[in-house]
Amino acid sequence: MAEILTVVESANGAVKKVSLELLALAGKLGEPAAVWLGPGYSDEAGAVLAEHGAAKIYVADNADLVDYVVAPKAEALAQIMQTANPGAVLIASSAEGKEIAARLAVKTGSGVITDAVDVAADLTATQSVFGGSTIVQSKVTTGTPIITVRVNSIAPEAAPAAGTRVDVAVDVSEAAKSAKVTDRTVAAKGGRPELAEAAIVVSGGRGVNGADGFGVIEALADSLGAAVGASRAATDAGWYPHQYQVGQTGKTVSPQLYIANGISGAIQHRAGMQTSKTVIVVNKDPEAPIFELADFGVVGDLFSVVPQLTDEINKRKG
Amino acid sequence: MKIAVCVKQVPDTWAEKKLRDDDSTLDREAADGVMNELDEYAVEEALRLIEAHGGEVVVVTMGPERAAETVRKALSMGADAGVHLVDDAFQGSDALATSYALAEVLSGRGFDLILFGSESTDARMSVVPAMVAERLGLPQVTFAQKVNVDGASVSIERLTEYGFDTVEAAMPAVISVVEKINEPRYPSFKGIMAAKKKPVETLTVADAGLDAAQLGLAAAWSTVAQFAARPPKAAGTVVTDEGDGGSKIAQYLSEQKFV
Repeated sequence: MAEILTVVESANGAVKKVSLELLALAGKLGEPAAVWLGPGYSDEAGAVLAEHGAAKIYVADNADLVDYVVAPKAEALAQIMQTANPGAVLIASSAEGKEIAARLAVKTGSGVITDAVDVAADLTATQSVFGGSTIVQSKVTTGTPIITVRVNSIAPEAAPAAGTRVDVAVDVSEAAKSAKVTDRTVAAKGGRPELAEAAIVVSGGRGVNGADGFGVIEALADSLGAAVGASRAATDAGWYPHQYQVGQTGKTVSPQLYIANGISGAIQHRAGMQTSKTVIVVNKDPEAPIFELADFGVVGDLFSVVPQLTDEINKRKG
Repeated sequence: MKIAVCVKQVPDTWAEKKLRDDDSTLDREAADGVMNELDEYAVEEALRLIEAHGGEVVVVTMGPERAAETVRKALSMGADAGVHLVDDAFQGSDALATSYALAEVLSGRGFDLILFGSESTDARMSVVPAMVAERLGLPQVTFAQKVNVDGASVSIERLTEYGFDTVEAAMPAVISVVEKINEPRYPSFKGIMAAKKKPVETLTVADAGLDAAQLGLAAAWSTVAQFAARPPKAAGTVVTDEGDGGSKIAQYLSEQKFV
């Protein structure tokens, strides 16, 4: 059975959930192997990967991989691919993940598919395109399929495997060390989960009517342990920081639960959230197109509905 | 300083987009074409850079005849010249083929910076800037929310999931920009008139010295097996708030085991 390489994403040494999702998917396609690119690998991280199906864990402990933008990671993967000869490479569909895939595709003469929401055993990828309005089945026809997979598309699974550590000495070329990261700035995010990865997202739009209005959105998000999102109308108006924008020009999210408050649901916004599993809508306007996506919707003023909902949830949590 | 800005004509941001039944490529006739929105930010950034440092901006596109409108739009914003790759042989090119064509045309023209929008609103892959950097062997300074040029080097703030990274590179370099970077100008009447006289170089596959075997749908390294419209979502329950709207949602969330 061919090895399926999955690229691990981590934060402060901890394996991100998306990496476990990739391993679960890899398990359907062949023998899952994890690839750790950069410093920070630990036996604890290795145990988590093994627990979720990694038969092998390639560890490329080299600071160059994180000190320079993307190119070194693509080089390292290309080197690992030469020896592992994998059936496919799976990478998270994050901004950086797609760029790694891009360069790796050029380097290895392989086709690339981005934003897959599923991959079948024959390596046919399912993509949800045009803001989720069209479902496409596509397949890489040249080289080793390089597929980036959208976060939250597949549930992680416990599948204990050997997790054999394979240290890889990667050779990073001078050319790949041309864009140096000189500083990292962590924006304050108030302890909420990362928007792109969150299982629950609570968003506000034009109906929130000002920066102050986002207080009720944040309170609801915190009652659910959710991330906060915003429509473009809200970020353009400066009511909420731009990095929280959900939509065609912002982030694409695919959470288990999406609660849209005061958002009309123009294509621009739907493009970023249409594949959410369950959608709740609160909007004053019964004609708002966002109601077409609602599993449950309330026509009403968000400033009375949302605080009541928050209270109820806090009560139920006891 | 000589700056190239690669732009793409895409279906209008607000229009419903669809694939063609015959070859599963984007139906470009189904909607009005506009300049990809994020590319407007790239054009704006290029114009601001030459306003500060002097130089010229060349806008580069690959696309059908009518993509000339998008070149013209960039020229009316203030770009100095255009290059339009237009040939039936480009039709259906995937991101790899597109990056090949762009890299070939960009190389040897002495650009100090090559700018892109960070993604197109139609394909949304966000891969072409990285592919062009890879092909040209140039530093990749992408997802910029801020660009600073200082002498022969460029530094950017690269948007990340946790905030941003400061990244430095020597020029020439490939940059992609995010929406946060600036507010694109509208073309002025004077700009629109002036654009009509600006030079646009039109290149076919042969003119550009490209290998046709690496272009178009037949050369794509991935293929669409089939596609379908997403099945319409089963209608949900919508109620009107009668003072208990919040409680009703809580009840629903509880039934669905979210709380």
